[in-house]
Amino acid sequence: MLKAVRRGAKLYVVDPRRTSTCEWADGWLPVEVGSDISLSNGIARVILEEGLQNRAFIARACEGFEAFAQNVEQYPLARVTKETSVDAELIRRVARDYARADRAMICWTLGITEHHNAVDNVFSLINLGLLTGHVGKWGSGLNPLRGQNNVQGGGDSGALPNRLPGFQDVEDDAVRAAFDAKWGRPVPPKKGWHLTDMFHAMERRELTALYVIGENPAQSEADARHCHALLNGLDCLIAQDIVMTKTCEMAHVVLPATASFCEAEGTVTNSERRVQRVRKAVQPPGQARDDIEIISELSRRLGYELGLPSAEAAWDEMRSLSPMHGGMSYRRLEQLGGIQWPCPDESSPGSPFLHGRLWADPVEGPRAPFQVVHQDPPVEALDADFPLRLTTGRRLDSYNTGVQTGGYVSPLRQRETIELSPVDAKMLGVHPGDTVRVSSRRGNVTVEVAIDEHLKPGLTFMTLHAPDQVDVNQLTIDATDPKSGTAEFKAAAIRVEKL
Amino acid sequence: MRTLTLSIDGSDVTVPEGATLLEACKKAHVDTPTFCWAENLTPVNVCRICVVEVEGARTLAPACSRKAEAGMKVLTDSERVRHSRKVVLELLGSSVDMSLAKDFAPLRQRYGADPKRLAGETVAQPVKIDNDQFVRDYSKCMLCYKCVEACGTDAQNTFAIAVAGRGFEASIATEHQASLGDSACVFCGNCVGVCPTGALMFKTEFDLREAGKWDESRQTVTDTICPYCGVGCTLTLRVQDNAIVRVTSPSDSSVTGGHLCVKGRFGLGFVGGRKP
Amino acid sequence: MDLHPINALATDAERAAIDTVLGPPLADTTIPAAEAKARRTFLLPALLGLQTRIGHVSEGGLGYACRRLGVPPAEAFGVASFYALIALGERPAAFAHVCDDIACKAAGADQLCAELEQTQGKPAHLHHRADAPKNLKHQATWAKSPCLGLCEQAPAALVTVARASPVEQSFGHATPQRIAAALKGETVERPTLHLGSHGPRKLLARQGCLDLDAYRAAGGYQALRRALELGPEAVIREVTDARLVGRGGAAFPTGRKWEAVSKAAAHPHYMVCNADESEPGTFKDRVLLENDPFSVIEGMTVAAFATGSTKGYLYLRGEYPLAAQRLERAIGEARAKGLLGTNILSHRFDFDLELRRGGGAYICGEETSLFASIEGYRGEPRSKPPFPVQSGLFQHPTAINNVETLVAALDIVRDGAKAYGTGTKLFCVSGKVRQPGVYEVPLGITLDQLLQLAGGTEQPIKAILMGGAAGTFIGPEQTGMTLSLEGAKQAGTTLGSGVVFVIDETVELTPLLRRIAAFFRDESCGQCVPCRVGTVRQEELLHRLTRGGADRPRELALLKELGQAMRDASICGLGQTASSAIESATRFI
Ligand SMILES: Cc1cc2nc3c(=O)[nH]c(=O)nc-3n(C[C@H](O)[C@H](O)[C@H](O)COP(=O)(O)O)c2cc1C
Ligand code: SF4
Ligand code: SF4
Ligand code: SF4
Ligand code: FES
Ligand code: FES
Repeated sequence: MLKAVRRGAKLYVVDPRRTSTCEWADGWLPVEVGSDISLSNGIARVILEEGLQNRAFIARACEGFEAFAQNVEQYPLARVTKETSVDAELIRRVARDYARADRAMICWTLGITEHHNAVDNVFSLINLGLLTGHVGKWGSGLNPLRGQNNVQGGGDSGALPNRLPGFQDVEDDAVRAAFDAKWGRPVPPKKGWHLTDMFHAMERRELTALYVIGENPAQSEADARHCHALLNGLDCLIAQDIVMTKTCEMAHVVLPATASFCEAEGTVTNSERRVQRVRKAVQPPGQARDDIEIISELSRRLGYELGLPSAEAAWDEMRSLSPMHGGMSYRRLEQLGGIQWPCPDESSPGSPFLHGRLWADPVEGPRAPFQVVHQDPPVEALDADFPLRLTTGRRLDSYNTGVQTGGYVSPLRQRETIELSPVDAKMLGVHPGDTVRVSSRRGNVTVEVAIDEHLKPGLTFMTLHAPDQVDVNQLTIDATDPKSGTAEFKAAAIRVEKL
Repeated sequence: MRTLTLSIDGSDVTVPEGATLLEACKKAHVDTPTFCWAENLTPVNVCRICVVEVEGARTLAPACSRKAEAGMKVLTDSERVRHSRKVVLELLGSSVDMSLAKDFAPLRQRYGADPKRLAGETVAQPVKIDNDQFVRDYSKCMLCYKCVEACGTDAQNTFAIAVAGRGFEASIATEHQASLGDSACVFCGNCVGVCPTGALMFKTEFDLREAGKWDESRQTVTDTICPYCGVGCTLTLRVQDNAIVRVTSPSDSSVTGGHLCVKGRFGLGFVGGRKP
Repeated sequence: MDLHPINALATDAERAAIDTVLGPPLADTTIPAAEAKARRTFLLPALLGLQTRIGHVSEGGLGYACRRLGVPPAEAFGVASFYALIALGERPAAFAHVCDDIACKAAGADQLCAELEQTQGKPAHLHHRADAPKNLKHQATWAKSPCLGLCEQAPAALVTVARASPVEQSFGHATPQRIAAALKGETVERPTLHLGSHGPRKLLARQGCLDLDAYRAAGGYQALRRALELGPEAVIREVTDARLVGRGGAAFPTGRKWEAVSKAAAHPHYMVCNADESEPGTFKDRVLLENDPFSVIEGMTVAAFATGSTKGYLYLRGEYPLAAQRLERAIGEARAKGLLGTNILSHRFDFDLELRRGGGAYICGEETSLFASIEGYRGEPRSKPPFPVQSGLFQHPTAINNVETLVAALDIVRDGAKAYGTGTKLFCVSGKVRQPGVYEVPLGITLDQLLQLAGGTEQPIKAILMGGAAGTFIGPEQTGMTLSLEGAKQAGTTLGSGVVFVIDETVELTPLLRRIAAFFRDESCGQCVPCRVGTVRQEELLHRLTRGGADRPRELALLKELGQAMRDASICGLGQTASSAIESATRFI
């Protein structure tokens, strides 16, 4: 992005916190946590008011515009400014620059998706892309920046409750038939549970056995105390991981696995849908075994002989069943330095961008729908008992619950802290390094204070990197988006007390 | 794309407008030595090993940054060119420890350079070890500016290091010689990745070398993808005795351009740190 | 920018020093990158603000400057450590820079330095090593300096006393007593300046006109009036027809330069006056700047009009405090009287200029280095092309001219190219002549005639350095040469910046050559290998050669080989000419 900025691109940053990216930006929009839809709708209204929408694109490729336009009518800048705390002129500038740009892109991360209304947040951004026609073209589009090296690949290859590899609908009989034929066993015809459903099912004691591969829910889930109770209540917990995580410690069976990126062969898929090869560079320690080997062995004992396929053989099988991966042989992945899906056959160079069909004449496939979405503040409102907003995130040198990054000494890493605004720190009478108790309706932790001079009053920040030291997820709320299953890690109400 | 034609050592080559003489030389299959140039950095043209003779010009021109012009007549192996390249090699070889600079020995041979002729003051100084990630041995620093560019606008945009001082006393420094930990450094190691002389070196590599255990014949080099975020950076893992001893990224990678962050570069300790 | 702050805090005095230069701080301490880019140009002024008022640039002071300007601390440190006048460690507030360069050496500077050591103690070594230990404290009150541009009054010194209202003075005929007095803050008299000419004075016609009335009475601002009548194209035509070439050393046709800038498509255009005069033995620009500041301002204004520039910078070497004061005053007066600013002389022509002071770096006289210095970066030259007329200051089309060039243009514009004839040039005659000083002579007279003007020599001439440290030595047999570009070429030498430095049989050549070698070593910016290491090797070789006993033919051959590579492969004129004087003198040693 900075490269683009240097070449003259404009950059606006929407973030409640002033990150380093803001310093390079043409404008920083310090939104209130959870006011994203108000902002998007407000921007849309300005675009419409000033006639900057892409009328031709809307007419040819979209549907639901009228209802959408009517809805955003309710978001005049006066209201949006109140809800977002962003200066009206700045919003106007963003709206104009975005709409008038030759090519423009919206990128986002968990600030959009870790909310109880995550999917609506995303819809509100898609609306802006459709309104201006900044989709389906090189250098434009809507870009969720992935937080894990293979979160995209996991979904692509069917690690979703309702999808088979290649995002094929598990409830589609024709799709299933191909898999049934290949595997010689019927694929269950109903979609399964996503993570949050599973926890609810555990609560109902409908789910009593859990096989966790490469995740650490004991520390990564919101409302940790509740989560522990559920995991402890399982009849059988199997954990497969490369290190002894908290979840492994709670498990009945632990399956030591190889570090897939350097102790095994395979592929991962990055944020830009680029499938790339990972390769074995070191021998795994002790009894650690390749994931494929573990699963094959498990399968054999459960009565289905998978043999011991190589990573390439497994991949080739998937290519044969997932059309969007069809042309991605290992040989071609090597040759081209990775390929972006869809890549249906070996003559396809892959797809640097999606949705080009919306520009085809006539439009191929269904029209792109505008969605009517409403501003809906965080589930947990601030009140006299819990007057501060806690938002969580990451730091540069650390990663998730610190399982991997804990393995190196980073000169950047300080002790985990709660970051306070200078105003709040003064009001609480605390100084950097003081220890405080932080409580939410769900639990409390003690932690050291740090001051971020750019935080606005009322906002606080912590990370989940050092759960053994400060278990932040004791505080977070598991209010979850029903469509995505993601919890509202970005907005909890807390109280800070000097100790 | 508009093109232009120029002559390199007597034969015509056609290159796109805006191409450098280095690119033209490459097209003409003329091998041009470079130290301070890299495909993923803005040319600074300071080492002067790449100089060529442009007909009609008073001085030699740096091939790495001089733009080709239509009708230019360029000589890459004339007496003047060979002489300047030889003296540059001797000046570097006599003042800087170039023992780990990959291309240095073959170039010395090619140009018959004998640094001993110009022996004199050197930049020898103690190694700076102030963190667990990488060491800075500026006795090996040829002041190619690559690390500064990688730390600055060409990659990292952190500006933790800059050239300080002047003349022969110029060196790469943080503000008032602050330790890297006290500076703006974010330990991305992109400076290490571009350093051509081994002045900046992984601590793991440095320790092995100090202990006399660094052995390239026992090493493997494997490309894979970083285990951390969704960018999907290619990591080139250099492994000795089943331990990762250095991590780089190919400069022609469309994802990284050769640059990484602290996690991919230095954060792989968990792999070897696991108890069997 | 997202700056990593320096932990050390600035003192109140340090803040005040910087705020004096930059104005009071605003509430918001973070500066977006775009804004930081615009503020970067104030970095050197801010650092010099600290230096002149506090006496050094501390960690805290540097940190405060960085926060105010949005400059990364490492880069600011890189800039601060580039300049010889900026001290990075604490040192006494009163400090003397004592010239031991060629002219001063010939006038007994070594003796002076030895005496100073007795009274003031050892000199500081103003090395440019950035890795001096943190919080280093120097006790020394003085240091040796390269040429201070006062060669006609050699030996010379520059004394600065850091305080809220700083005292800076440079003076010749330096003695330990005069230096001690200056260190106490007392005013030290300057010897009277000697000027001479062959024929009528043109460049020196307005000497002493320090206020606008006097300047106007001496014919000032007639050239600008005429220029405004003529229009830019006609002005450029006159300058081109007069065949004026640059007086900064490179002798480039001024008319062609102006024309290229005036026609450049990108805007704005800039007009820069190069007043960094630091070539050892050169002091002619100082004489114009100190005693005729309005001519320089008018010259810049005319050049700006011709080239379509609305903004100008006058880059003055840091060691010229008197010129700075007088220029500052003159600029203020010109601005007050509407001769700078908008609608100048009721024409639709706007132009204003800013005085910028250098920080002690010869290389900043090289045009691209000078731009980098104004922009707030290290004074490192860059490869040309692109030339300044296409991409100069702030990457915009820029006309950069030497002080004397601009003053010479005034006569041309006022009287027309025809009346100008071959024109006159200033020569800086120093060393062993009876009357060192600045001489204005028409191009075409002989060197002998010039030497006669300067009173001749008492002893037989041993050698003459022509054109400065970047020029060449000629022998006594060559004094018949014609003083013109062609004449110099014929004699195998250069006029350069007009230096004529004469040594007779009483002066030893070897120490002078060593001083020249040390000069280039010290003043190399350090960017490119041939110059950074080459100037060190050249100095080493020269020492071996002049110590005797070495394998002389071999050392001479090496020196030559080295010189060839430096000339061919260095980035800029410094490295390209650093071997010239020494190579030319090997026949004398
Ligand atoms: C190392 C070096 C130092 C220079 N110093 C000066 C200087 O102090 N003053 C000056 O006018 N030109 C100096 N020049 C020449 C300038 O680069 C440039 O040619 C000149 O300012 C152009 O003005 P002119 O055409 O009026 O001479 C120097 C050049 C070099 C290579
Ligand atoms: S590690 Fe990264 S941030 Fe640190 S000095 Fe090197 S390039 Fe700069
Ligand atoms: S440390 Fe390495 S990369 Fe940096 S300037 Fe020196 S040699 Fe070049
Ligand atoms: S020739 Fe010398 S002064 Fe010029 S750029 Fe090179 S090192 Fe710097
Ligand atoms: S490679 Fe061209 S100057 Fe260094
Ligand atoms: S002032 Fe000393 S040499 Fe010029």
